[in-house]
Amino acid sequence: MARREILRAHPWPVRLAHWATVLAVGIMLASGWRIYDAAPFYAWWHFPPQFTLGGWLAGALMWHFAAMWLLVGSGLVYVGYNILSGRFVRQFWPLSVGGLLRDVGDVLRLRLGHADLNRYNTIQKLMYLGVVAALVVIVASGLVVWKPVQFPFLRMVMGDYGGARQVHFWAMAAIVAFVLVHVVMVVLVPNSLRTMTNVGVKK
Amino acid sequence: MKKPPPLKIDGASEREIAREVVTVLPELTRRDFLKGLVTLGGLSLATGVVLSNGAAVEKMLRAISRWNDGAQGALFDPKKLAQTYPESMMTRPFPFNAFYGIEDVPVVDGKDWKLELGGLVKDRKAWDLPSLRALPQEEQVTRLVCVEGWSAIGKWGGIPLGDFLRRIGADTTAKYVGFGCFDGYRSSIDMASALHPQTILALTYDGKPLPPREGFPLRLRIPTKLGFKNPKHIASLYVTNSYPGGYWEDQGYNWFSGL
Repeated sequence: MARREILRAHPWPVRLAHWATVLAVGIMLASGWRIYDAAPFYAWWHFPPQFTLGGWLAGALMWHFAAMWLLVGSGLVYVGYNILSGRFVRQFWPLSVGGLLRDVGDVLRLRLGHADLNRYNTIQKLMYLGVVAALVVIVASGLVVWKPVQFPFLRMVMGDYGGARQVHFWAMAAIVAFVLVHVVMVVLVPNSLRTMTNVGVKK
Repeated sequence: MKKPPPLKIDGASEREIAREVVTVLPELTRRDFLKGLVTLGGLSLATGVVLSNGAAVEKMLRAISRWNDGAQGALFDPKKLAQTYPESMMTRPFPFNAFYGIEDVPVVDGKDWKLELGGLVKDRKAWDLPSLRALPQEEQVTRLVCVEGWSAIGKWGGIPLGDFLRRIGADTTAKYVGFGCFDGYRSSIDMASALHPQTILALTYDGKPLPPREGFPLRLRIPTKLGFKNPKHIASLYVTNSYPGGYWEDQGYNWFSGL
């Protein structure tokens, strides 16, 4: 198959959910860093204030608890659409160790291709499923930090209030790591931005 | 869990600086200070748009915060209890926190002190300390969660607020219970949370009368809400249907702040 013919945009619910998630995650990262800085639990770490949102703790909390609705809403659109349309199975299955080893081998030989941008390779599948999992964990741990009394089961799973704060922090770190790799990949494969924007793709 | 070291700028934590600023600045400048909350800092995302609409964004955020009050009220389950802990898990020493430094803790004379009652209450007779101590008491070891994120486990004893409200003939169908304090602090809670079985008017900490730093002679201890909803040095209690706000709430902290 020729490269140009298979450059198609992702379905609109996926694009909508993607950009809503970008906005929500951006706001929640920057405001969350300001909230963390109000009482950092790692003596070795705080976030530089110029990378935070909200100006002070109350402002950061207002941003954080406003953007959470956007994050949960776009998450429901993404997961709901993908399950109901069967796209989850189409895009993420099969997921095999052999496929992963082949992809890793290709990466090491600088040969991993992105010829068909609408079909994920195994590394992509794992990265996208991984960030979805990190988002589920960050929402679940966030619910415990926000409402430890109302979610007793989740609180127990997360290791009480203090444990949930740490899980929340490390899920954040995983999401930041994903975003860094993801943005580098978009720069290396700029056509992928077209599939997520519906700009300059075959209609 | 030990209270983690807070971020220090010139020896003062962020919250201390916020306190200083809101105490020192006149009302007009304080609004400019609040505008700081829309500064996007290093995040370039939509900076221009947001900065040029600072007041509109602040208005929107406050509206969402009020909407979140309602969402939290709907989520609040009056039967769900806050986790209780064994005494061996108590945080020692218990961290001090107020909107001023520990050197400014008010010294209240327990002999002259009386709890004034107001609003939608049938029997507005003021209560002195011995009569409050004579009421049935309860003790609990619970976690106090500060809005800053740190938390600490302590043991408080006192009168279940629901019992007290019924005893004074308060209208328990009213929306709010408000508190005024000797140090000028104010706060208020929703009636459903006021009637929660673990919400107490605390007279003791760790089995002894509240020390001044813990809010002598009377404080609210409500383990289903953030720490700043647990006013110390209470001077008055009132029941009302008009939104009373509070010291931190008026500055932008979420009013419901339920756990």
